[in-house]
Amino acid sequence: MDTTSRERARERAAEYLLRRHRFRPAEALPWLIAIAVYFIFPDRMTFGSQVLIMVMFALSLDLILGYAGIVTLGHAAFFGIGAYTVGLAAARLHWNEPISGLFAAAIMAGLVGFITGWFLLRYRGLTLLMLTLATAIMLQETGNLRSDISGGYDGLPGLTFDPLLGKFDYDLYGHTYYLYVLAVLAVVFYFVRRIVYSPFGQALTGIRENVRRMHAIGSPVHRRLVTVYTIAAAIAGVAGALFTQTNAYVTLTVFDFDNSAKVMVMLILGGTGRLYGAFLGAVVYMVLEDYFSKLSPTFWQFGIGLMLVLAVLFARRGVLGLFESAGQYFSERKKS
Amino acid sequence: MPHFANIAVSILFDGLAYAMFLFITSVGLSVTMGLMGFVNLAHGAFAMAGGYIVVSLTRSLGIDFVPALAISSVTIGVASIPFERFLYRRLYRSTDLEQVLLTIGLAFMAIATATYFYGPIPKSVPLPEWLQGDVNLGFRYFPSYRAFLIVLGAALIAILWYAFERTNIGAKIRAAVDNRRMAESVGINVDLLFTLTFAVGSGLAALGGGLAIQLFGLSPSFAVIYLVLFLIVVAVGGLGSLKGTLLAALVLGVFDTGGKYLLADAGGFFIYAVTVAVLLIKPAGFYGRE
Repeated sequence: MDTTSRERARERAAEYLLRRHRFRPAEALPWLIAIAVYFIFPDRMTFGSQVLIMVMFALSLDLILGYAGIVTLGHAAFFGIGAYTVGLAAARLHWNEPISGLFAAAIMAGLVGFITGWFLLRYRGLTLLMLTLATAIMLQETGNLRSDISGGYDGLPGLTFDPLLGKFDYDLYGHTYYLYVLAVLAVVFYFVRRIVYSPFGQALTGIRENVRRMHAIGSPVHRRLVTVYTIAAAIAGVAGALFTQTNAYVTLTVFDFDNSAKVMVMLILGGTGRLYGAFLGAVVYMVLEDYFSKLSPTFWQFGIGLMLVLAVLFARRGVLGLFESAGQYFSERKKS
Repeated sequence: MPHFANIAVSILFDGLAYAMFLFITSVGLSVTMGLMGFVNLAHGAFAMAGGYIVVSLTRSLGIDFVPALAISSVTIGVASIPFERFLYRRLYRSTDLEQVLLTIGLAFMAIATATYFYGPIPKSVPLPEWLQGDVNLGFRYFPSYRAFLIVLGAALIAILWYAFERTNIGAKIRAAVDNRRMAESVGINVDLLFTLTFAVGSGLAALGGGLAIQLFGLSPSFAVIYLVLFLIVVAVGGLGSLKGTLLAALVLGVFDTGGKYLLADAGGFFIYAVTVAVLLIKPAGFYGRE
């Protein structure tokens, strides 16, 4: 009797995970929009690629912040490692093949993520915030120290990359780049989605919600956190590599605190722990920034600050959370 | 005097002056974080605002530097009270992340406002004659301004130490940092206490901001750039510990100055290396509770 009820519980859990994993029709929407943008705004493709790169960067942060609940102020460290892996390989080693460059960036950033994560993820709260922040700044200072290699704050300008797959060369308007970045994002997203809905992803959510209980049921908390930190670092590295490839230059500002803060703001605006929050947040942020910072950078900075304050006070689950609340409100009204 | 001793004295002197600036600006942050566990990333914005008030008072109204410092400090201290009452108070029980976001938002708004009124170019401040030039301490000449900073810092440390360790209100603050619920149970009004320390801390930050103008120049980005340093001092010293903040400010101030003297290229590397080393060994800082 006891064994059958346990089996039934196990089946129910498996069914729950499978149901969550199943593809919902609404999930096609962002991808259809991304493809439609390619045809509607052919002259804004360079900007479009930057938006997609930030989506990927925000997605990597969502893995650790939204799912595992690790608050970091130094996620730009991994973006920067990826960006400089590709940049240095092209400038110093004449390794200009783009796709293998992405793998190299993922491995380097993942490695740094693994090493720093192993040490840092034992800590929480302010200590962790300061340690992650210091990591990013130390990487930046190391780059500055060896400016003979890294180019210092002038960076590595005028990088060139081989045509994609040996065939598709880059055009002036960035059409090839846009599709390239979109394809890489699709692969990365599929991977992240699998992780999030796997038992491993469930364990991460458990750690976020109640770390003591996870310890109590024997979950290897530290190992899981280091694993997801490494994965997120590798993805951020890929985003950084794409940043260098699409811009054909890279400077040490990629390690800036601003970069870490910006990606966090995007994710928060979109909504954490919900995969598509990264999409919405990055798109909204980048489009608003593009429009308002041309109008007046000061005005934009004030606006982004105000948005953050309002988001914390009134919309703690981001724009997607607001939509959900609105949906719930209307469906409840229909019922009554 | 031999060359290396000369350099060592310079490093110690400048490091000490720098440490005093770090201590004055960070101590409020440390106590408020220790008391409420509130991650206040807008602390640098209060310091920046204090600096700009000093600029306006001295340049536009022709008030002397030292009274301007005092006026600015009191103004910011009072002005910070509504922020605490109406914004921060709502988030005491929230997560670190929400506190980080709210206060980063406030810092951004402050930076934008400062850029709007004062422009992005660094400002300087006219000093009275007795703070310019050098002062002779018998065996060597030292910059008067830094000497002033050290004397002022030492005086503030003495006052704060007395207030913290020897007065009734200081004892209440220490009790609340130690165990908030217990302090409330014995009838200490922790809310009021916190508003008070927050105002004093913000006022001190404003004082630090005013003092920093002569050292680094004042631009709107001050609010974020130096915030990192204040947070490091707090984290390394241990939350809510006066002693820890002082020790951290001294260690980081001297190390940073030394690093910049001896290895100019390495720039800010040392201060972060020291931070990481200390926090890896003592995660709660020098005098923090584990």
